[in-house]
Amino acid sequence: MLENAWIIPTLPAVAFVAIVFFGKRSPGKGAFVGIAAVGASFVASCVAAGQWIQRVDNATGKSEGLAAFTKGVVSAGGAHAVQPVTESITWWQNGSIKFGVGTFVDGLTVMMVVVVTLISLLVQIYSTAYMRGDRRYTWYFAALSLFTASMLTLVVASNTIQLLVGWELVGVCSFMLIGHWWEEPANSRAAIKAFLTTRTGDIGLMIGIIILFFTVGSFGIGATNLYATSGHAQHAFLLAAAVCLLVAIIGKSGQFPLHTWLPDAMAGPTPVSALIHAATMVVAGVFLGARLYPVFFNGFSIGHGGVNAMALVGGVTIIIGAALAFVQTDIKKVLAYSTISQLGYMVMALGVGAWSAAVFHLFTHAFFKALLFLGAGSVSHAAGHSFDMREMGGLRKKMPITFWTFVIGSLALAGIFPLAGFWSKDEILVNAGKNGYTAFLVVGLIGAFLTAAYMTRVVYLTFFGEYRGHEHPHESERAITIPLVILGALSVGAGLVNAAPLGLEKIKDWVQPQVAFPHLNNAAFDYPKAILSVSIALAAIVIAGYYWLRRDELRAFRGLTERNALARSGYQFLVNKYYLDYLYEDIIVDGIRGAVARASYWVNQHVIDGVVNGLGSGSTRIARYTYDVIDQRVVDGAANGIALETDRAGAEVRGFQSGHVQRYALVLFGGVGLLSLALFLINIH
Amino acid sequence: MHWFDDWALTLAVFIPLVGLAAVLFIPRAHEQAIKTTALVASLATLAVGVGILADFNYSQGGKLQFIVDKSWIPLIKARYHMGVDGISLPLLILSMLMVVLCIIYSWNHFPEPHNPKAFLALILLLAVGMNGTFVAQDLILFFVFFEIVLLPMFFMIGVWGGPNRQYAAIKFFLFTLFGSALMLVSFLAIFFLSKHQTFQMPQLAQFGGSGIASGTQALVFGGLFLGFAIKVPMFPFHTWLPDAHTEAPTVGSVLLAAILLKLGAYGFIRIALPILPAAARAWAPWIGLLAVIAIIYGALCCLAQRDMKRLIAFSSVSHMGFVMLGIATLTSFGINAAVFGMVAHGLITGLLFFVAGSVQERYKTREMNRLGGLLTQAPKLGWILGFTVMASLGLPGLAGFWGEFPAILSAYNPAKLTQGLFNGDQLLTFRVYLVVAAIGTVLAAGYLLWMLQRVAFGAVKAEFENVHIHDVHVSEWIAWVPLLLLIVALGIYPNLIFHITHGAVSNVSKVFGG
Repeated sequence: MLENAWIIPTLPAVAFVAIVFFGKRSPGKGAFVGIAAVGASFVASCVAAGQWIQRVDNATGKSEGLAAFTKGVVSAGGAHAVQPVTESITWWQNGSIKFGVGTFVDGLTVMMVVVVTLISLLVQIYSTAYMRGDRRYTWYFAALSLFTASMLTLVVASNTIQLLVGWELVGVCSFMLIGHWWEEPANSRAAIKAFLTTRTGDIGLMIGIIILFFTVGSFGIGATNLYATSGHAQHAFLLAAAVCLLVAIIGKSGQFPLHTWLPDAMAGPTPVSALIHAATMVVAGVFLGARLYPVFFNGFSIGHGGVNAMALVGGVTIIIGAALAFVQTDIKKVLAYSTISQLGYMVMALGVGAWSAAVFHLFTHAFFKALLFLGAGSVSHAAGHSFDMREMGGLRKKMPITFWTFVIGSLALAGIFPLAGFWSKDEILVNAGKNGYTAFLVVGLIGAFLTAAYMTRVVYLTFFGEYRGHEHPHESERAITIPLVILGALSVGAGLVNAAPLGLEKIKDWVQPQVAFPHLNNAAFDYPKAILSVSIALAAIVIAGYYWLRRDELRAFRGLTERNALARSGYQFLVNKYYLDYLYEDIIVDGIRGAVARASYWVNQHVIDGVVNGLGSGSTRIARYTYDVIDQRVVDGAANGIALETDRAGAEVRGFQSGHVQRYALVLFGGVGLLSLALFLINIH
Repeated sequence: MHWFDDWALTLAVFIPLVGLAAVLFIPRAHEQAIKTTALVASLATLAVGVGILADFNYSQGGKLQFIVDKSWIPLIKARYHMGVDGISLPLLILSMLMVVLCIIYSWNHFPEPHNPKAFLALILLLAVGMNGTFVAQDLILFFVFFEIVLLPMFFMIGVWGGPNRQYAAIKFFLFTLFGSALMLVSFLAIFFLSKHQTFQMPQLAQFGGSGIASGTQALVFGGLFLGFAIKVPMFPFHTWLPDAHTEAPTVGSVLLAAILLKLGAYGFIRIALPILPAAARAWAPWIGLLAVIAIIYGALCCLAQRDMKRLIAFSSVSHMGFVMLGIATLTSFGINAAVFGMVAHGLITGLLFFVAGSVQERYKTREMNRLGGLLTQAPKLGWILGFTVMASLGLPGLAGFWGEFPAILSAYNPAKLTQGLFNGDQLLTFRVYLVVAAIGTVLAAGYLLWMLQRVAFGAVKAEFENVHIHDVHVSEWIAWVPLLLLIVALGIYPNLIFHITHGAVSNVSKVFGG
């Protein structure tokens, strides 16, 4: 399966085509085809993962005489290093240089394909219940399949162009799915916002790829990483490429200041949100960071310590996102801002040299964030399709499975021992501290506090107190609860993969590349720091719980802000999302669409076209003058009534009569003819 | 297949003319016979095209094939010299295909004042000119074909066009004629200045302007530039295009966008660059500048449009900017991208104009403020529009991407030019272009998605709520499916085009060291 990894993205891609053309007539109206394909893809991914693990385990001990992993590139990284498996066929060419399309399989790839296919599978199963009776049920499953296929294409990409293809396809799929209910203008607006914002970041991706291509001489992932770690890389170009690619990550992974599309993207169906936030779309940015890590590591000189753009962006995003999560009344928007904040952790981790911690957090976050979104969907499915927490409350007795799994997801997100989020977040913090990024360690701890607090608020408002809505909430059906339970189990257990005190460091062993990769020292588990971060999170839960328990539920949304001017203005600042949406939508976008576009068009119609029309009418006037004055009066002398015809012509260009075309043609061709005759004659002599 | 080798191009160019003659002999009342004749003629032409595709030696894509070289007008040394290489082949096939699809689309859609006989005769005449331009290897022959195209399009706009058709038709005609006149002067200058006084393009390319003073070369290039740039059209010579497109009947718009605009860019690659390379090096930064201005400026004008068709017309200005940027780099990357971009733009924008025409036919308006909810009323038409919009904004995986991305890429490292614009730094100049062009892709996504939103999403407006809107007709399906398939196929496997073009492109670019 390592050599035939192309099968993994191809299966859902074929499912997409099949559902589009035959879905309505197929069993389950397309859902079965989608589930079967992504299920098969999941199995294939697991097989690939198993083979990869075997390959790594075999290599520890004996040297493998593997073929060099890119053409003309000798293997590097020592005798025991496990090479990635690459396959490629010609895709396009320029002159005699051929560019391939293919697969690049290593530990990161297999981890990603397993996560992506697993989450996609659960989301599709969940959707059979959640989306039942939808207007475009079949199309929805087609789009989900394409979404998964695109993300898998990106993950297995052997070169940066292929990565760009997957990247953009992921974007277009999320456009389609966010705008799934396009009858509502707000939904299509959110979809366009998502597409345009991420595409703004894609400028960075395109330029970054181009810089890398001309610097490295190849689009290949392996070749690029090898070049970046080779020691003779041109640092200025690596830095430029890293900055450009970071812009792409900012756009795709919802980092400050391009995070504004992500909360609006909640307009899509909830399972789609789960998919976007956990497995496809937003993690693509972090994946890019992990995939081309040598470029960032050496471009930003991460190894030398000191603040760099990547760590800074991630750190700022942690706080910015978490703060906004407090003022939301929509449960999905809380989760959206939470994703922004958690992605901030991953980007920051990459920025402080904690590669395996970043990837580990991506891994665990996928499970608990999917769980939380699907849980929120279950709540809304049961309680009248509302996501407004003001209409929830007291649901813990009515939907126990949803409640318990949601609590597990929240605790995992808050980083409570021994759930999945604890292990990965702790590793980020420890490594930040160890690599000399103490400031970012503090940022991470503040983020941990905020995370635990806002999740307590969500859990309290949704599940505790009295029910405030007007429906009859009930537990959801099995197609919804089973994925919740599976994800709940993974949110508990997934952290053990890299639980250092237990001697498990599988992310480092299996996932972290052994060739063309910077030398990283992973920090050892640090009990005091672990205890500190858990204590902070617990304290946040206690404080937040106390704060909300003391009040009757509805006042929780007003609280402090009504009594204190400073708190109120801070609250307003948050409610208005730092006024970034105002800046982007009202000033930049409306400015370009309105004033700038209108001005350009005015110039077009009045200046440029004015010259054209002026030339036209000017020459008509000259022609008329020639005819009226020179021809009719001077040459002919005796003017006659024929002039009436020309009087009508040419007052204005719009008044052109078609008969004049021939005259112009005659003049022009005549002139050209005379000129050529002259040249011809001159030449003969 | 010697027989076919000798006759293929003559057939490709003149079968439409035979069809035209046949159509003229059929009485106007026999509409069915007229339509069938025209279709058969265009299909026969396409069959020749398929034959050429099958017989073409792809490993020798850089060499002219199917050459015909006969004496034509000995007095001025003009020869009946035709041939195809990897650059002309995709464009020739595109032209043949689009004519067939246009005739099929017209089958039940003849615009007012109807008259299929005249309409189809003009399309076939267009085909003669278009196919001829792509295969001509003699400057005079090229000029004749280049000019033949003008006439049918003039009448198509002027007779079958919208309310402002006369203005648009005359503007189109005069504007292009103005450029052609200067182009002809340049052709003559090339003839007299070249060593052996010849109009044969391959020979002239071999001379590569040797013996012509650089100042003279630059002037002669200027004439070619005007002729071709107006046709492309490049900023600021583009203003005829929105008017022509807005007024032209659907099929006219399709052919205008898909093929006619390509004649200009093809002229640059086939004639201007190889024959006057030194001048090309001097002009390149300026061409690049106009190209990136067109990308941004065209996109901004799109954003200001309320008329769907006019928006698509301005999008052509923007898209052809990418093509010209690729050409201006004088590199193989750029020129390959330009040829790919031309084919992709032909397929995609052709399809967009088809869809816009069908929308107009159904709603009797193209005013986007009045439209909405197309996906509800005619879901398939709506999806096709959505698909084409995605292709047009350069989505990877569809054809548009492969014209755009390599063109942007090529600007990173242009060929050795005479000078750049910013303190003469050509690398900096083109890297600025690169960034500007990349920003253009975001604007493209903006205007296209907003168009899609206004036309296809949302609820149906009250005035059309009770109007029956027919979803895609059979004739529309037949005309569009080949385009849809090609857009996907070329997007997924771009080497379908690149492996044809790369050899011939290398011949052009190697002069510039690329």
